[in-house]
Amino acid sequence: MSSEFMQPLIRVESVSKYYRHRRILSSGHIVHALNGVSLSIAPRSTLALVGESGSGKSTLALCLACLERPSSGKIWFGGRDIATLAENQMRAVRPQIQLIFQDPASSLNPRFTAFEIVTEPLVLQRRWKGRQTREQGFALLERVGLSAEMASRRVGEFSGGQKQRLAIARALSLEPKILILDEALSALDCSAQARITNLLLELQSSFALTYLFITHDLAMAAHIADEIAVMNRGRIVERGDPQKLLDSPEHEATRRLVAATPQSIITSRMLGA
Amino acid sequence: MGAGNFEPVLEVRNLHVAYLSRASVPSSVIVDVSFDVRSGEILGVLGESGSGKTTLAASLLRLLPSNGKIQHGSITFRGQDVLQAEPRELESLRGRRIALINQEPSVALHPTMRVSDQVDEVLAAHDHLSRKARREKLQQVLAALFPTETDRISSSYPHQLSGGQRQRVLIAQAIACGPPLLIADEPTASLDPATQREILSVFENVRRRFGVAIIFITHNPSLLAGLADRVLVLYAGRIAEFGPAENVLFHSLHPYTRVLLGCLPPSFGATAASRKTKLPVISGDAPNLDLLSLGCRFEPRCEDRFEYCRTREPVAVSPANEHVVSCFKFGR
Repeated sequence: MSSEFMQPLIRVESVSKYYRHRRILSSGHIVHALNGVSLSIAPRSTLALVGESGSGKSTLALCLACLERPSSGKIWFGGRDIATLAENQMRAVRPQIQLIFQDPASSLNPRFTAFEIVTEPLVLQRRWKGRQTREQGFALLERVGLSAEMASRRVGEFSGGQKQRLAIARALSLEPKILILDEALSALDCSAQARITNLLLELQSSFALTYLFITHDLAMAAHIADEIAVMNRGRIVERGDPQKLLDSPEHEATRRLVAATPQSIITSRMLGA
Repeated sequence: MGAGNFEPVLEVRNLHVAYLSRASVPSSVIVDVSFDVRSGEILGVLGESGSGKTTLAASLLRLLPSNGKIQHGSITFRGQDVLQAEPRELESLRGRRIALINQEPSVALHPTMRVSDQVDEVLAAHDHLSRKARREKLQQVLAALFPTETDRISSSYPHQLSGGQRQRVLIAQAIACGPPLLIADEPTASLDPATQREILSVFENVRRRFGVAIIFITHNPSLLAGLADRVLVLYAGRIAEFGPAENVLFHSLHPYTRVLLGCLPPSFGATAASRKTKLPVISGDAPNLDLLSLGCRFEPRCEDRFEYCRTREPVAVSPANEHVVSCFKFGR
């Protein structure tokens, strides 16, 4: 999918985010988590954001999801700058940009049943419509590959991959336009990773979703994304076509990531064998 | 890659481990597992969550939770029977002769103790050395793990260190007493790829310098390529395949190993055409250890199954030198 001719769904314009480290006696120092980041994502496409830990990937995710406010810069979404919206207006934007975290075990309420987890966002957003919503809840579970009989189970009874399916179903309940997947596959076994990847690809085409896929895993990024952006020290240092980026990385940070990706050894040799 | 001499440090024979649940019905987590660890080798244990790899690690040190029982089998460490060891003998085994690095590096260190004190604590607990000799040993270990900035890091607290540095401190603690065997359970799981690579090379250096044999447990096959001398693949508590890393990873025989490795994204060297296509997956669900049938544990999900796979447990056969596989495809 070429992004050049399409109006981007979301456009980030020189966004910076500073955190002040407070100390008791001194004024502290300032941490530049994001330093003039600009990017755009075309509708129905996937942008993978890769980089070492501490490079600012998750801070960017929080800013896009309206959970952190950028210190400066603009985030254009749906015709307006969501970086400077008032709190009550942000509440209306948040459902459209959903976030999925690395560890589903700690991001899902252990006292809730699967059904409650999936339908809670609808309750919170005052979109509960009785029977219709109940059916919607079961449909969501089924959509991510969880059967109706699992609806009454609690989080602890699910495997890691199933928990991540639940988190995805919950995010989808509000019919978002964008899913931000922040290391959503990292905690899973490689067989569960493959299954969730396939689910994500399927959901993207059936719900016309746009993904921001944040990961350490360059091989997975290259498989799932239309484009890869590399972050380093709060900046985007390189972005482009996955294959090109892997074959001829230009920036130092990209080269480091490519060199550290162990997948290259196994799969390239297995293909050769 | 020196696989060391062939003398085993550890021999595990026909190990069976079960957990007793509420109804006291034992669910078998480790079934008939036999392997040896040669001195100075890196043995990779590959398994998905629930395959029993952490239980295996805990059994080797007899650190199972109270509902875990070693039902039969034997564990021999350098001629010593681990399962018959008295509490005092166990104490000298654990930490001093067999070291363990656990999954969660962030909680393994004391937050208000300096690095040098934490490593020294291990030496003080196990080695009866003079103060001077102990200090020398401490310096030696810290210098090996932190060739640059030895002094700064020795006097730091854990929160002042990066994830990779903390993992090095844990490795320093583990090798401080010069154990012949080190068990590392997912030691790089929470690190980013660059740091992961760095820690893997630390393990290789430690093996070369101190001659310690390492059991490296992971769910990520790609970490084992280039690191492990031999690889053991666990599925539902049984050894599916065991052999030289080269054979197991690049010329896998067992249908499970083959589909597991097939799940990895193919990006490098693949054409753009395969991008955004479905990845191969292992069909069916992970086995329920409470409800196992008589046959091969992988049979319900296996694409190459025969009729009799359902009724009989395959025995280990060795189609190639040192390469062992439990599957009827390779002999009955």
